[in-house]
Amino acid sequence: MDNDSIDQIIDTHRAEPSALIQILLDIQAERRWLPREALERVSERLEVPMTRIMHIATFYKAFSLVPKGRHEIHICVGTACHVRGAERVLDSVEDLTGIQPGETDLDLKFSLETVNCLGCCALGPVMEIDGKPHGKMAPAKIADVLETYA
Amino acid sequence: MPKNSEDTSTSEYPSLGKIMSRIGSPAELEELRKGLQAERDPAKPRITLCGGSACLATGSKEVAAGMEAELEAQGLSAQVDLRKTGCRGFCERGPVVVTHPDESCYLQVEPGDAPEIVAQSVNGHTAIDRLLYTDPGTEERIQRESDIPFYKHQVRRVFGSNGSIDPKSIEDYLALGGYSALEKALFRMTSDEVVEEVKKSKLRGRGGGGFPTGRKWEESRNAPGEAKYVIVNADEGDPGAYMDRSLLEGNPHLILEGLAIGAYAVGAREGYIYVRQEYPLAVENVILAIKKAEEYGFLGTDILGSGFDFTVTVHQGAGAFVCGESSALMTALEGRVGEPRPKYIHTAVKGVWDQPSVLNNVETWANVPLIINEGAEWFGEFGTEGSKGTKIFSLVGKITNTGLVEVPMGMTLEDIIFKIGGGIPGGKKFKAVQTGGPSGGCIPEALLGLEVGFDELTEAGSMMGSGGMIVMDEDTCMVDVARYFLAFLADESCGKCAPCREGTGQMLKILTDITEGRGREGHLELLEELSEVAREASLCALGKSAPNPFLSTLRYFRDEYEVHILEKRCPARSCKELIAYHIDPALCRGCMQCMKQCPADAIDGGRNRIHVVDQEACTKCGTCFEVCPARYDAVRKTSGEPIPPPVSEEQRIIVRKSKET
Repeated sequence: MDNDSIDQIIDTHRAEPSALIQILLDIQAERRWLPREALERVSERLEVPMTRIMHIATFYKAFSLVPKGRHEIHICVGTACHVRGAERVLDSVEDLTGIQPGETDLDLKFSLETVNCLGCCALGPVMEIDGKPHGKMAPAKIADVLETYA
Repeated sequence: MPKNSEDTSTSEYPSLGKIMSRIGSPAELEELRKGLQAERDPAKPRITLCGGSACLATGSKEVAAGMEAELEAQGLSAQVDLRKTGCRGFCERGPVVVTHPDESCYLQVEPGDAPEIVAQSVNGHTAIDRLLYTDPGTEERIQRESDIPFYKHQVRRVFGSNGSIDPKSIEDYLALGGYSALEKALFRMTSDEVVEEVKKSKLRGRGGGGFPTGRKWEESRNAPGEAKYVIVNADEGDPGAYMDRSLLEGNPHLILEGLAIGAYAVGAREGYIYVRQEYPLAVENVILAIKKAEEYGFLGTDILGSGFDFTVTVHQGAGAFVCGESSALMTALEGRVGEPRPKYIHTAVKGVWDQPSVLNNVETWANVPLIINEGAEWFGEFGTEGSKGTKIFSLVGKITNTGLVEVPMGMTLEDIIFKIGGGIPGGKKFKAVQTGGPSGGCIPEALLGLEVGFDELTEAGSMMGSGGMIVMDEDTCMVDVARYFLAFLADESCGKCAPCREGTGQMLKILTDITEGRGREGHLELLEELSEVAREASLCALGKSAPNPFLSTLRYFRDEYEVHILEKRCPARSCKELIAYHIDPALCRGCMQCMKQCPADAIDGGRNRIHVVDQEACTKCGTCFEVCPARYDAVRKTSGEPIPPPVSEEQRIIVRKSKET
């Protein structure tokens, strides 16, 4: 964990405490999670207590305090997908991966999250993996899709 | 050309070369606009391709690459313009391609269609039949976009330019008259007149509350404060609603122009765009738009030489539904946890850093330039008594034409759902339409004649919200819908006040019990009591409106609740714990489709053997029900009925007629 890249992110936001959320988002985008050392560095540079940082990091959905798997599965559970059977899709993905939303498997292969609308309701129910949407999902199709990810 | 510009389109538009720095006067703006328009030959073939998020998901990027390669290969890159626009709304049939000047509208285009479309766009005249819209009633092909029923009944004032602008090109926006409203406001109107015009238009907030925009502006304008702020609320969090995303992605300059006009009107020098980080394309396009607008002098210091200064900063939201609430959003802007505060004093008076702050939704800001350009009377041409103008709805769920539709306020739900939306697919029956997001409610068939408007929807027990419209058919369980929204709200409740934190949790628990067959008499009364407390005592709108999904479904679908509680049955056959699947032995032909595809290996069978569902192992995913060939139709989904006892092993052997003889 090098401090240089963290410092760089902090510097682009001029180390302003009001930019705390933006800084954390940038770190999350780069590392895909928020390692403790990074947060401590932010706390030190912004002169913001760790309690406030942890408050934010646990409040907002975008942040993860544990490492993410190689592939991030997002199951859309927006209303449009819900009425088209998103829950069945989620159940099947949970069964196949053995993880619940918010979790990462032990091989660090998949992380599973539910999201509230991906904005492509015509394709519902939608499962997105690493940003690629897989539309019109049904329990029987999921195993084939997951198999394409190594 | 503008300073620091890396614009590659300069050579394409020589008139840009004449501007050596920022635009310094209305005359210079006019000159630039005339130049841009003159350089655009309306007769030149142009292919526009929808690049909204929904079309990107259906492969618009690949189609674009295909088109580019084809233009290159045919040596037509100079003769044909290829423009990647924002969302055109007809997401059901994406990717959408429209060729000009003949306006042929091609749907569900694939990269392989590129050669034909390119050839057609140059030669013109004959449209490609197989890619056109087919009217489901008459089987007739419809060539022009504006003649397709989905578009024909819409009034696309705000959303219309989305389809003709490349969101990354400020030149496109300028050629269509962009920033003329800002110029008009700055040079030909006092800030008072701007506020007056917006007040006169009776524009109401498109984000949920429906608060009169002009009054909010006036309040901020008159409030004491060292600095004032204007903010775009693009924290669109309603599940199943994506119109703000599409506007911001597809026409970012329209929002910026509205925001700058608002800043001038209330006396703000700084503005924010609070946009969800889940919308990467919107973030990218709006950041680029700000940069371009600064280069041209529509933002920054001394805008258009008027002496008015205004800068805009993008703040990305980190994912919290409650941040759509004004006071929570402003707290988040300050870099803290987005929790709401009591609003005895409006945020318009004391908002970000305790300064007067005007927060409006994306669509509200997008209406402002239109009102300034065309006037309040023009704006009010459409609408009901209390709701003027047009509204964009996200028409989704069990609907034939999923997409974004802009209609005049006052259009009936029936017209929106059936004329524009094409009704319910699969021959199913309409049951209800849910509007207003998690704070809204469900409107039943009997009220389909309702005219959409802020007050009309509230009276019906729902609300306008930001414009989500989720259509539900006979297979949707209304108790489950209420449970779904409560689950959403309980998860999103920030936890600051007890009525919301504990109330939503308890309501969710009871509703879950009901949908899982543990409902008891007295549960409905208890839910009503909890609703009253949440409504009266919660700190912000999230908690106050949290009971709405329950109350509105109870109001119109009480019988469904009662059947769940008393008979432990789900009439829509949707609640997992209350349904069962079995195979009708008289109809099963042993084709093994269901057995092969069952993800839980819960079906016992084999060639020429009648299949049986193992009720213990069944996860009720419904796969067997869907894959059973229609000619057999042997899988039964039941609720509240006993499952017939399995047939004996001998009886399970299927003897084919052909083999008997």
